[in-house]
Amino acid sequence: MASEPQHLEPERANAAMIEADLATADEVRALSRWRRAWDSDVAYSFRRSPVALISSLVALVFILGAAFAPLIAPQNPFDPGSLNLMDGFTAPLEPNAFTGNTFLMGTDDQGRDILSTILYGSRVSLMVGFAGVIFAMVLGTVLGLTAGYLGGWVDAVIMRIADIQLSFPSILIALLIFGVGKALLPREMQDELAIYVLVLAIGLSGWVQFARTVRGTTLVEKNKEYVQAARLIGLHPMLIMLRHVLPNTLGPVLVIATISLALAVITEATLSFLGVGVPPTQPSLGTLIRIGQDFLFSGEWWITLFPSLALVTLALSVNLLGDWLRDALNPKLR
Amino acid sequence: MAAFIIRRLLQSIIVMLVVAFVAFSLFRYVGDPINNMVGQETTLEQREELRERLGLNDSFPVQFARFVGNAVQLEFGISYRQARPVEDLFAERLPATLELAIVSAIFALVFGLALGVYTALRNKSWSAQTIMGLSLVGVSLPTFLIGILLIWVFAVELGWLPSFGRGATVDIGGWTTGLLTASGLQSLILPAITLGLFQLTLIMRLVRAEMLEVLRTDYIKFARARGLSDRAIHFGHALKNTLVPVITITGLQLGAIIAFAIITETVFSWPGVGQLFIQAIQFVDIPVMAAYLVMISLFFVVINLIVDILYYVVDPRLRAERPGAVR
Repeated sequence: MASEPQHLEPERANAAMIEADLATADEVRALSRWRRAWDSDVAYSFRRSPVALISSLVALVFILGAAFAPLIAPQNPFDPGSLNLMDGFTAPLEPNAFTGNTFLMGTDDQGRDILSTILYGSRVSLMVGFAGVIFAMVLGTVLGLTAGYLGGWVDAVIMRIADIQLSFPSILIALLIFGVGKALLPREMQDELAIYVLVLAIGLSGWVQFARTVRGTTLVEKNKEYVQAARLIGLHPMLIMLRHVLPNTLGPVLVIATISLALAVITEATLSFLGVGVPPTQPSLGTLIRIGQDFLFSGEWWITLFPSLALVTLALSVNLLGDWLRDALNPKLR
Repeated sequence: MAAFIIRRLLQSIIVMLVVAFVAFSLFRYVGDPINNMVGQETTLEQREELRERLGLNDSFPVQFARFVGNAVQLEFGISYRQARPVEDLFAERLPATLELAIVSAIFALVFGLALGVYTALRNKSWSAQTIMGLSLVGVSLPTFLIGILLIWVFAVELGWLPSFGRGATVDIGGWTTGLLTASGLQSLILPAITLGLFQLTLIMRLVRAEMLEVLRTDYIKFARARGLSDRAIHFGHALKNTLVPVITITGLQLGAIIAFAIITETVFSWPGVGQLFIQAIQFVDIPVMAAYLVMISLFFVVINLIVDILYYVVDPRLRAERPGAVR
């Protein structure tokens, strides 16, 4: 702001100088962007909050572990060549009676290392979770923005649907959409496409939160002077919505996206646990828990307990991160 | 009052019609109903005849009207997988789900209210803080994990309680109940806790928050100044005024309990409608899916309606407003 008058000085019309100025200005801008981010309230609150630091660290470990699972995991649990059936049912940290191999978290009936299955499983869980949330976010934001900006019957229809959907638990909606989606597919493609149907189901079951929040913010923003000014100079409504109103609604959207991610991971796990989620050839954390549940009765508790622990830790850390973010940004959520 | 109820009733009917429409489209347009009903060896003529007899060649509004008419009479066709009328399947399994749901709702309500009041009155004590901390864990654990954990501890390690099924049941005029036998009651404990725990924490936190709010108000201070006993103030004045939101949430949660029973029933192999629904999804048994959709929506709509009307009855402030200004 303070530097603006300098740009207006007409005497500095030296091309080289301007170029040099621009270069340094770019550097300064890049540097100051970091500086600004570091100095911002959110970053400050992040540095000062042990909960935020720890939970983001845990979430990061999960995300990196999932992303680099093939490099980190002791074995590829889905390559039959790397498995040894003799390793089956090894308890955690106890050498196997036949092979003498030791596994940090034990093995399942097929001799799969549980740690490896968790790494590969969180890969599926996180992938479905992220994709589902992004889908819900885009859909909810677009619908909320449209409803809020246009108002009238568009608004009434969209929000009416949202109200009805909100009176049902999201897990039920996801189950129903998954069931319908599966029924629509030809039988031989069901397993192959199940994961996309799952993403669709999770996305469609979660858009309402985004839509309601974005609509609320849009209603406030659209009566502000900058939007009136934009309208006055004849900008297209689409342009106003996307370039002017949308950026101002993104804070709360980010908070909901974070909390939704935890919810999506749990929803995915629940559906897979019920046996209607991802096919058994691509087990997620929920599938692992379901498979392991059978062994609980014969004493092999580690097969189901470690994946469960992983799921809870992941969901809890993302949830806490979301809670912190909400307090830090302090949008008027509810 | 009457206008309010009529408007809510109309809204509910519209919602149910939309749901029926979705269920009907499912049944009619997902796959070919004829293909799903008959075997490979049925000739084209027989298929055509069956199609005509079932009225699948009629126009869309006629078919939809017939579907709604049948649904009102609780007729949803034949299950593709079990080859039996869907309504019979539901009638068999509904008692199991309803007993489970009602017992867990009572469990959640009783303990939720008690713990909520306790944590509000002893706000600063370590026991209340512990309960609050534990409730946070309860909220973040997914239902099926609570069930697995309970099975592991109480059925596998301690061997105290059964981990699956309903135990012995008694048939009373078509309603099978597990509430009258020892094994039936034992089998009910773990599933009911699993299903009710989330609702319990929710009710507890709600009651606590409302109580703390009410205890700060002037009329409570005035009651204290009048020298009323703590008991009269806490239960006669404070608790009564926290009950309005509690009724709403508990009522609305009753629907959620029935929905979440799907998960609990799967964990505990509880022979209820939730299990039926999951199997229907796994095997793409569309008539069962459609019937479940209609049934659960009816539950939600009716519960919502009752809660709204109760709200109106319980809270005189809503009635005092001008007619037409409600909601």
